[in-house]
Amino acid sequence: MDATDIGLWGVPLAILGGAIRVSTPFIFVSLGEAITERSGRINLGLEGTLVFGAMTAYAVAVMTNSPWPGLLAAAAAGLCFGLFHGWICKFSKVNDIAIGIALMLFGSGLAFFFGKPFIKPKAPNLPAIPFGAWSDIPQVQAALDVNVLFLIGAALSLVLWWAFRNTRAGLIVRVVGDSSDAARAMGLNPNRVRLLATGVGGALAGIGGAYLSLYYPGSWTERISSGQGLMAVALVIFARWNPLGCFAAALLFGGAGALGPALQSVGVTQGYYLFYAAPYILTLVIMIATSSPTRSLAGAPGELSITK
Amino acid sequence: MTDRFMLNRRQLLKTSAAGAVLGLVSASFPISRAFAAAATVGFIYVGPKDDYGYNQAHAEGAASLKGIEGISIVEEENVPETVDVQKTMESMINLDGASLIFPTSFGYFDPHMLAMCAKFPDVQFRHCGGMWSKDKHPMNAGSYFGYIGMGQYLNGVVAGHTSKSKKLGFVAAKPIPQVLLNINSFLLGARSVDPTITCQVIFTGEWSLAVKEAEATNALVDQGADVITCHVDSPKVVVETAAGRGAFVCGYHANQSPLAPEKYLTGAEWNWAKVYKMFVDNLVAGTPLPNFTRGGLADGFVKMSPLGPAVGEAARKQFDGTLAEMMKGGFSVIKGPLKSNKGVVVATQGQAFVETAIELESMDYLVEGVVGSTA
Repeated sequence: MDATDIGLWGVPLAILGGAIRVSTPFIFVSLGEAITERSGRINLGLEGTLVFGAMTAYAVAVMTNSPWPGLLAAAAAGLCFGLFHGWICKFSKVNDIAIGIALMLFGSGLAFFFGKPFIKPKAPNLPAIPFGAWSDIPQVQAALDVNVLFLIGAALSLVLWWAFRNTRAGLIVRVVGDSSDAARAMGLNPNRVRLLATGVGGALAGIGGAYLSLYYPGSWTERISSGQGLMAVALVIFARWNPLGCFAAALLFGGAGALGPALQSVGVTQGYYLFYAAPYILTLVIMIATSSPTRSLAGAPGELSITK
Repeated sequence: MTDRFMLNRRQLLKTSAAGAVLGLVSASFPISRAFAAAATVGFIYVGPKDDYGYNQAHAEGAASLKGIEGISIVEEENVPETVDVQKTMESMINLDGASLIFPTSFGYFDPHMLAMCAKFPDVQFRHCGGMWSKDKHPMNAGSYFGYIGMGQYLNGVVAGHTSKSKKLGFVAAKPIPQVLLNINSFLLGARSVDPTITCQVIFTGEWSLAVKEAEATNALVDQGADVITCHVDSPKVVVETAAGRGAFVCGYHANQSPLAPEKYLTGAEWNWAKVYKMFVDNLVAGTPLPNFTRGGLADGFVKMSPLGPAVGEAARKQFDGTLAEMMKGGFSVIKGPLKSNKGVVVATQGQAFVETAIELESMDYLVEGVVGSTA
């Protein structure tokens, strides 16, 4: 290893690197949740889907000795969880939040149960593209090793943002999310749309889990997620259900998460608990600054059980 | 939720088994009771028992008992430090007939284990940690613990020889005395090789936060640290991330060399097998179990991982020499003259604290050469 002293430059570099490394699960889970919530349902179970996706991806990657089947399996498992949530919620008087919490516990528990034999073996990792190859500083090279999933996530947020505005499918999801009655009048079946939207959301969360176990941190342990799935669900509200906002918020959380360790590594060692709280403080400030007692949250789908 | 599931399953198995062989059991019960050696020992872990870390070290100790005649083991993992652990203990006692229980996590002691001690005076409880004291706590409770600081000192010796950048990295969970002693010992071990070496510490604030541990390891490597060690519950992420970035690693809690065979230098491991065997031998022999047990390398409570392929000859020699000296007993890691990294004198010339010194248990400083802060 070539040691180069980069001193204080380490902080912005770590924030950039951290934003790219840490944000990907947030991007996928929040995009998935944005689709689900735009259709008028909340799926809080994505934390469980994330953990189960991480386990499935790792297990399949170990067994097939390739990360790609693992990624597919994680997406498929996530799809099943999403469809299950969507199917249960179509029955009357079923509360989507309660089902979400149940599925969160169920997903993590099931992942722990099936994941036991896969804690020890080592799975092949997803590849990264070395965008830092132009630099001869190893720290820059490490920070700019960008995983393909991050790029897919970035492209996906752009595509979703465009699709919600400009495509028929996007319009259908939005109308179902804003008013079931209007959707029915148009001849749409809200339950079917929501079922598919929740399924797609689950599949994306499963991919986010695959990133955790197959790239960064890159191993399957039972505590791999430490609540990232729940935070990503909250990010959707923070991002006002806008896919581009979800991407930006995920980057912000990733970069802010890297701030604490980076500052300590250059010798700013006082008050690191405060730095660790930075992303949450930032969220609170933005939420308070943009909220209003006289109207509901801008961009909130009308059919959501929390805003109705 | 998992533990509740476990409890239900256990209850179900027990009840159905009891129903099926009711006659047999009632006939054989007095006989099995008369056979004094038959005993069940319970182990409770706060996390998964194959975490390459704290819980795995305990589970390996428990697994070593499995060959002993008349002893059966019950284990439960992922038990939170809440009223859940009381339910687990009750179920181990009432359903499995456990007569000795090891709740291995720090937060199990007060009030959970103490409540169970009062409720089941015939059952013995031994807690991992140093919290039992004769005046305050019941006699069917007790504690056992190991002094692992000298293991981190030996890690430091090897790290000091291996480091080219003369900068070491330490990923730590929380600034409590035991963690601080490990950080200080690691640096002092390295400084016994080269007194210009420094060690950068990053506190993550929690015992188990995979992503933050990976970020901390990356930040340390970015700043030029080329040997990394840690004190978190599961060193797996730190070891894999550091090795992935090309840095060397020293292990902690258990042997992590399978995770990075080329980059793993050595590691400070618990050797609970010896401690658990001692308790169980006493149990089988019918002699009272000790209430307060502690030991270090010389007592076999702590051991070192075998040296890895990257360890050079000079390092190997000093490692063996220092280890031999420690095995004689009376070795002090913290000895004067020594200043904290804030310039406060923590040991004057001629002053030395052996590992059993009570002063070390209230350590609140990082020694000179450690870059980091306790708050």
